Amino acid sequence: MTSLTDLTIAGMKAGLAARDFSAVELTNAHLAAMEKARGLNAFIIETPEIAKAQAAAADAALARGAARPLTGIPIGIKDLFCTEGVQTTAGSKILQGFIPQYESTVSGKLLADGAVMLGKLNMDEFAMGSSNETSAYGKVISPWKAKGSNRDLVPGGSSGGSATAVAARIAAGATGTDTGGSIRQPAAFTGISGIKPTYGRCSRWGVVAFASSLDQAGPMARTVQDCALLLTSMCGYDAKDSTSLNLPVPDFVAGLTGDLRGKRVGVPKEYRLDGMDATILKLWEQGLEWLKAAGAEIVEVSLPHTRYALPAYYIIAPAEASSNLARYDGVRYGLRVTPPGGNLADMYSATRAAGFGAEVKRRIMIGTYVLSAGFYDAYYTQAQKVRTLIARDFELAFQKCDVLLTPTAPSAAFAFGEKSDLGADPLAMYLNDVFTVPSSLAGLPAMSVPAGLSPDGLPLGLQIIGKPLGEATVLDAGLAIERAAGFTARP
Amino acid sequence: MSVDADTVRKIARLARIGIADADVAPLASELSAILGWIEQLGEVDTAGVAPMTAVIPNHLAWRADVVTDGGIQAKVLANAAQATSGFFAVPKVIE
Amino acid sequence: MTYTDNGSHSSYRVLGATGDWEIVVGLEVHAQVTAQSKLFSGAATKFGAEPNSQVSLVDAAMPGMLPVLNGECVRQAVRTGLALGAQINNWSRFDRKNYFYADLPQGYQISQLYHPIVGEGTLAIETEDGDACVIGIERLHLEQDAGKSVHDLHPTMSYVDLNRSGCALMEIVSKPDIRSPAQAGAYVAALRQLLRYVGSCDGNMDEGSMRADVNVSVRKPGAGFGTRTETKNVNSVRFIMQAVEAEARRQVDLIESGGVVVQETRLFDPNSGTTRSMRSKEDAHDYRYFPDPDLLPVEFDDEFVAECLASLPELPVAKRARYESVLGLTPYLANVLMAEKETASYFETLLTACAKAQGKSEADVARGAANWVSGDLFGALKRLGLPIEASPISAVAGAELLTLAADGTLSGPMARQVFEAMLETGEGAAAIVEARGLRQVSDTGAIDTAIAAILAANADKLAQFRDGKEALFGFFVGQTMKAMAGKANPGVVNERLKAALAA
Ligand SMILES: [Mg+2]
Ligand SMILES: [Zn+2]
Repeated sequence: MTSLTDLTIAGMKAGLAARDFSAVELTNAHLAAMEKARGLNAFIIETPEIAKAQAAAADAALARGAARPLTGIPIGIKDLFCTEGVQTTAGSKILQGFIPQYESTVSGKLLADGAVMLGKLNMDEFAMGSSNETSAYGKVISPWKAKGSNRDLVPGGSSGGSATAVAARIAAGATGTDTGGSIRQPAAFTGISGIKPTYGRCSRWGVVAFASSLDQAGPMARTVQDCALLLTSMCGYDAKDSTSLNLPVPDFVAGLTGDLRGKRVGVPKEYRLDGMDATILKLWEQGLEWLKAAGAEIVEVSLPHTRYALPAYYIIAPAEASSNLARYDGVRYGLRVTPPGGNLADMYSATRAAGFGAEVKRRIMIGTYVLSAGFYDAYYTQAQKVRTLIARDFELAFQKCDVLLTPTAPSAAFAFGEKSDLGADPLAMYLNDVFTVPSSLAGLPAMSVPAGLSPDGLPLGLQIIGKPLGEATVLDAGLAIERAAGFTARP
Repeated sequence: MSVDADTVRKIARLARIGIADADVAPLASELSAILGWIEQLGEVDTAGVAPMTAVIPNHLAWRADVVTDGGIQAKVLANAAQATSGFFAVPKVIE
Repeated sequence: MTYTDNGSHSSYRVLGATGDWEIVVGLEVHAQVTAQSKLFSGAATKFGAEPNSQVSLVDAAMPGMLPVLNGECVRQAVRTGLALGAQINNWSRFDRKNYFYADLPQGYQISQLYHPIVGEGTLAIETEDGDACVIGIERLHLEQDAGKSVHDLHPTMSYVDLNRSGCALMEIVSKPDIRSPAQAGAYVAALRQLLRYVGSCDGNMDEGSMRADVNVSVRKPGAGFGTRTETKNVNSVRFIMQAVEAEARRQVDLIESGGVVVQETRLFDPNSGTTRSMRSKEDAHDYRYFPDPDLLPVEFDDEFVAECLASLPELPVAKRARYESVLGLTPYLANVLMAEKETASYFETLLTACAKAQGKSEADVARGAANWVSGDLFGALKRLGLPIEASPISAVAGAELLTLAADGTLSGPMARQVFEAMLETGEGAAAIVEARGLRQVSDTGAIDTAIAAILAANADKLAQFRDGKEALFGFFVGQTMKAMAGKANPGVVNERLKAALAA
């Protein structure tokens, strides 16, 4: 028998149902893996006691014949999700010691469906980053190494702890959140799958906000089917989130076929960038062949405003963040720093100076600037108009096709410091999200699936972008790639 | 767009983020670079284009006017750095 | 800038060393929407609760908390807009107003800058000395209230109570059409009256349900607008008038002594009746408004607006006109009876019941009812320190009393006696009349018998009367009434006595 931690969620479910192993055994195996892999720093806090209690409850439910879709499945929760009674920091020092008195809707749904929580996963501070280097709780290290190198690599970000935990077989699956690619890029960097559903599918209630109009939760797991399973539990209307979609959620597992007959796959020509990595171009071509083999027709489409997506994103996301992060002021929770004799304003400035890291401060500053008097229309309003044009581009493209296929990221995982060291251009880091940001701006479902390896043996992902509410088709295309790619490499 | 030191200080003040004098110049050049790059958006002809309001068509639901919450003073104050007699406490505010 | 003629006939001027100055005032009134729960959370809105006991996790701006709009607040804003004859916007939107303050937990207030729910309207006002004019309404929007900081409980700390945080406010912004302290007072009084009629705000200024930001500038008559200051959160009609007067005076003195008015936020000090600069708001403000991404636009159809319109009661201007023209009340009485909607409601119930019981039209019974309410009832309530809603005599009970007086069952003095008994016991007029045998005697037989006995017993006085000492008529009336134990109908006594004396 393979190690319990190597099983897919589907495999774990089958094993639990057949009583091949108990939920407690399954959880203990993961807790052991967690301990062994502590050096990767995937978790901000581990919650073994909670996990064991939940696993015991899962065994009882299984014995009663009252299993739910995720009963006994050990998962990690990104530290952006507020968890009742369990510290939630969003990777920031400013929230150190914050114990939410409430459970986020999404984590609550997973727990209600029987999942076991192993701990809170490390992440870029307030989900701002693409390398997990901005966490106040130390960087997360990818379990992957380049061929012939011992250099530590980034897991991607911001859901880097989630990606590492799943790739390193510490967790069967994990929650991620995606604002501009924070599920898809780390999934690609670590050779796992991850899907960001349509904006509004997953409730944002109880998820620490970064950029409200972009933030979406989604699952990360080692197979497309596992993603479908977690996604089915995570989605659903929530009256507590005004931007939540009041629509039925299909059973994404039941509908999963991988059959693309009669479907058209669009190739956005603007995603073919000058000087693009040849391996990635080749993989992209290969992916199109695979989808063709699964029955799809390939069509070229145009998304003419693609090049403006990143600058628009770097106005809208920091603008919203500058306002969303104003609540971290030391009054009601989190860090408080009061300089001796200082007044309230001094307390605010000192608290926020000490509590936020450099990247968060940078983005708050940008956001504050673009919203300030005299600049609002030129920056923010213009960005929201460009966003309309970007969404319209997709709408037109989707008149010709059902999904789009693109690379997930412009490169494989890079080493620490490569794009973040002192004097490094922050823009170099931002460019990591070039393929993921446009679909975020348009609120579209999009997923990354591992499809191959770089010449030095690092995972590369392909991205499938779907129509609004087209998660099922995205998952089908993902499954078709997964089957064809036969990605079996592991760290 | 070049951001000068005064602007950096002004923005930091608006954002209530204390910054050390030594950090002003590097921040000014970083912000200048980012804002300079962002400015390419100005090239896009957006005449007659409505700014995005809801990324996926959706309608704002209204709540019924019913008391369903509150009465949780302990939870509200649970994480406060300083709370006294049911209040949050902060350094004195002078109006 | 153009001079806005608000239709007023008064020309209030501040007398300066360099001549007359005109004042220009605009008011931003914050009125708390009457609702059980907050604008974006399900916490209660009751006044005077334990600190932080009416606070949800949303109101405390806990991480990841999201606003959900209270539909009743939308409805009340639309109803108020309709009452102001204002433009109703079927599409509006919430924006965030970003600033840091201890009692603003989110670090922003959710408000409506760019697309308010209600646009331009008007409000007719009349000052106490009868100066009538129309003040333009610029807009009405919905927004969250802030919490409350308490500064006097600790020497170095301020205490924050978020109970009020997130309560729904309507901010009603006037055009700068107000030209005198009296007009400013009349505007707030009229607005308060309208809101109370509509039922969208209880108008309770003591509890902070209504407060005004007072924008004042001065100029030489006919000149362009001067620089204005904003005096925040003034919470009574009298203080608003004082703030206008004091601030105008200060500005005139400042300018005339060579100074310059700075656009700033000021605070009114009720003790000194003056305004002073607000230290905490010294920062140049840059609120960085942008649409709240946690919310979608507020949309409704014409049918919703029609329902709101249909739900409006008769409004003050219409009511006052009807009291005068249809009910024939004097302007004074009409005003007294409609000033507070509770009084009007009492009066109208009374009127309906009187008309029905007496088989007359409302117009026919209006004067009597109006006089009784404004006289006997108001006097008694004042004595008892009760509002009319808590009157021991209900409008229906009052109608019973008035009807017994009107049909002659009770004489005037008897009616007053029954009224007092009603106040004391809470019993109905008829029951009291029955129990105390207070029925007025109009039966001529009994009265004639009494008169005959009195004339017989006072033959000397009768002789004097017949000799021309007519003043003795009163004596006979008194004796008759006494003999009848005060229950005789005085009109009948008069009539029968005249007949007997003439015989
Ligand atoms: Mg104001
Ligand atoms: Zn306001």
